[in-house]
Amino acid sequence: MSAARATVAVVRSERAPLVDTLHEWVTTVDHKRLGILYIIYALLFLAFGGIEAIIIRIQLIRPHNTFVSPQVFNRMFTMHGTTMIFFAAMPLVFGFANYLVPLMIGARDTAFPRLNAFSFWLTAFGGLLLYFSFLGGNGLYGAGNAPDVGWFAYAPLTSRTFSPGHSTDFWILALLLSGIGSMGTAINIAATVLCMRCPGMTLGKMPLLAWLNFTMAGLVILSMSPLTAAQLMLLVDRYLGGHFFDVQAGGSAVLWMHFFWIFGHPEVYVLAIPAFAFASEIIPVFSRKPIFGYPVMVAATLAIGFISMSVWAHHMFTVGMTSAGNTFFVLSTMAIAVPTGIKIFNWLATIWGGKVQYRTPMLFCVAFLFQFLIAGLTGIMLAAAPFDWQLSGSYFVVAHFHYVIVGGILFTIFGAFYYWFPKMSGRMYNEALGKVHFWLFTAGFHLTFDFMHVPGVLGMPRRIYTYEPGRGWDIWNLVITIGVLFQAVATLVFLGNLLWSKLWGKVAGSDPWDGWTLEWSTASPPPAYNFPSLPEVRSRRPLWDLKHPEDPDWHYE
Amino acid sequence: MYFLIAAEAAIFTIFVVAYIFYVGKSATGPQPAAVLHAPLFLTACLLSSSLTTHLAVRGLRSRNVRRFTWWWCGTVILGGIFVAGTAREWRHLVYQDGLTIQTNLFGTTYYSLVGLHAFHVIAGLLALAVVLVFAIRGDVRQEHSARTEVLSMYWHFVDAVWVVIFTVVYLIGR
Ligand SMILES: [Cu+2]
Repeated sequence: MSAARATVAVVRSERAPLVDTLHEWVTTVDHKRLGILYIIYALLFLAFGGIEAIIIRIQLIRPHNTFVSPQVFNRMFTMHGTTMIFFAAMPLVFGFANYLVPLMIGARDTAFPRLNAFSFWLTAFGGLLLYFSFLGGNGLYGAGNAPDVGWFAYAPLTSRTFSPGHSTDFWILALLLSGIGSMGTAINIAATVLCMRCPGMTLGKMPLLAWLNFTMAGLVILSMSPLTAAQLMLLVDRYLGGHFFDVQAGGSAVLWMHFFWIFGHPEVYVLAIPAFAFASEIIPVFSRKPIFGYPVMVAATLAIGFISMSVWAHHMFTVGMTSAGNTFFVLSTMAIAVPTGIKIFNWLATIWGGKVQYRTPMLFCVAFLFQFLIAGLTGIMLAAAPFDWQLSGSYFVVAHFHYVIVGGILFTIFGAFYYWFPKMSGRMYNEALGKVHFWLFTAGFHLTFDFMHVPGVLGMPRRIYTYEPGRGWDIWNLVITIGVLFQAVATLVFLGNLLWSKLWGKVAGSDPWDGWTLEWSTASPPPAYNFPSLPEVRSRRPLWDLKHPEDPDWHYE
Repeated sequence: MYFLIAAEAAIFTIFVVAYIFYVGKSATGPQPAAVLHAPLFLTACLLSSSLTTHLAVRGLRSRNVRRFTWWWCGTVILGGIFVAGTAREWRHLVYQDGLTIQTNLFGTTYYSLVGLHAFHVIAGLLALAVVLVFAIRGDVRQEHSARTEVLSMYWHFVDAVWVVIFTVVYLIGR
């Protein structure tokens, strides 16, 4: 072992030429490097999606604005949605899962390292394909570049008649590729959790993050496949002249809606459950208390995963289903609020009576608790079918799901960035800049998305490229756009902080937070083999046991 | 492998649902009752190939490489017959009955569902054939039995899907 270490040290000190470093990164099968690749890739696409959001908001800042044409506006909201979900949020979640799950369960790598690399590159090329449509989407027909069919691409808008050219094909292929990549990664994560845990780590002693990512992987496996199947059908329609979604030949546009949302709703939880996972690791450490109600948290997660497979048609109340169908989906959707509520109470109970340290990761998680609660409440409002008939397709819905995805999910992802940045880079981030990021972003978030509910209630439909003055929407749209400015600046502060800290931050050491899970027991950044010798675990907080041999956790569990 | 099978099963489920959803909704002919005949012989071939892989893997586990090779070879042949039979059936449908993927909803759903399955059979056959080549060259030994078992698991799954498709397309769907 010491000989191996010595050679590693020698190689490092010589500082390999850039080509070699690049080659190492491109051909890597190391879960930590793949995790970081996922994250960097996702940040790139987060920037793209953000720029598209800014374009949308500049266009809507005042009535009758002519910043972009209606056609470009359609492309912008389609690309914004597709990019953010498939090429920013999913890779972020996968990146952290890849990096953290093996470390936290005391494994040296994932179960299938090569499948892991293959999946990453599939996703990466999927994203490139989507953005290549800006260049190649014209096809032979000279009509439209970049997909403009909305992120859920309802039929018959996607048929050859209404989407000539290749832009929609780029959309289909990009999602098909990245979908297969996601399934590969999900299979890998699930197998890793089941087969690679270190000695002593039973399922009941696994960190919550591993449990939650395991649930997420199961959801990806079961929900990504319907999307893949539906995309294949759409390809058959577009290229082989099939009639799946061709209404004139008896096909059904509603069937596409069902297939898409069978994927689409669980997808929310594919992103939200890892967000819960970050909160479940960060909140205890900064409250200096173990998580409250571990078994209940696991059960609630599994319940959420299970119920989320049976609620999809709440996106389709306005289609006109039977009243029995409506009732079922209203009730199942509201049922999800129960396990989610349990989780929120457990996090609150964890903070309760703790010695809370408001470092940047904790700030983001506390904001997450408030905002996710509000997002859940508007979710329950929309789950009531009559309410939804009134507001479906309005800015109220847009405000609701951005509250979930930005206010809930992105906030904990920011928290996760700050919390694990010392582990990944070996350096501390700048705490002051982190707080600036937090306050700027929170202010911007609330300016934008709190006030976005109002024009929705006043009847402003989503996806319109402009509007008439004097309907009471003007002032709200102005405020919303101003909020975006805050968020953009905050994100730049965040990126600057990461970059600056990576280069010049102070050295973090292996355990800057006095953490309890296994990733803090190894060096920062961890060596390629993760652990010099495989750890042995007797409780849910193995590092607590190590640091407090007089009062170990396994006395109580 | 179990997770992969779960994902694949979900994909097939969606195609089967689409098929059932569109049964009897074709605006024009030909209708399934007029042109489809239950391929009993092919079904028997495919199902018995499940048995042969099972016997092959059992042979390998008890160190009997010869028995493994023969049963494995039988699987490949039976699978090959199935694919050839499907090809013949399609040829008949296209040229005699004038049913293509563009003709009507039945054509679209039938060719995609059966085609998706045939694609899985062909992929499985290729993998089986590669192993067979290894076996004939004498490179397959007892310690590989776990790997051949994974492959046979996939093959069982493909067969099970066929049972569903057979029931839906040739029994209920007519
Ligand atoms: Cu939903």
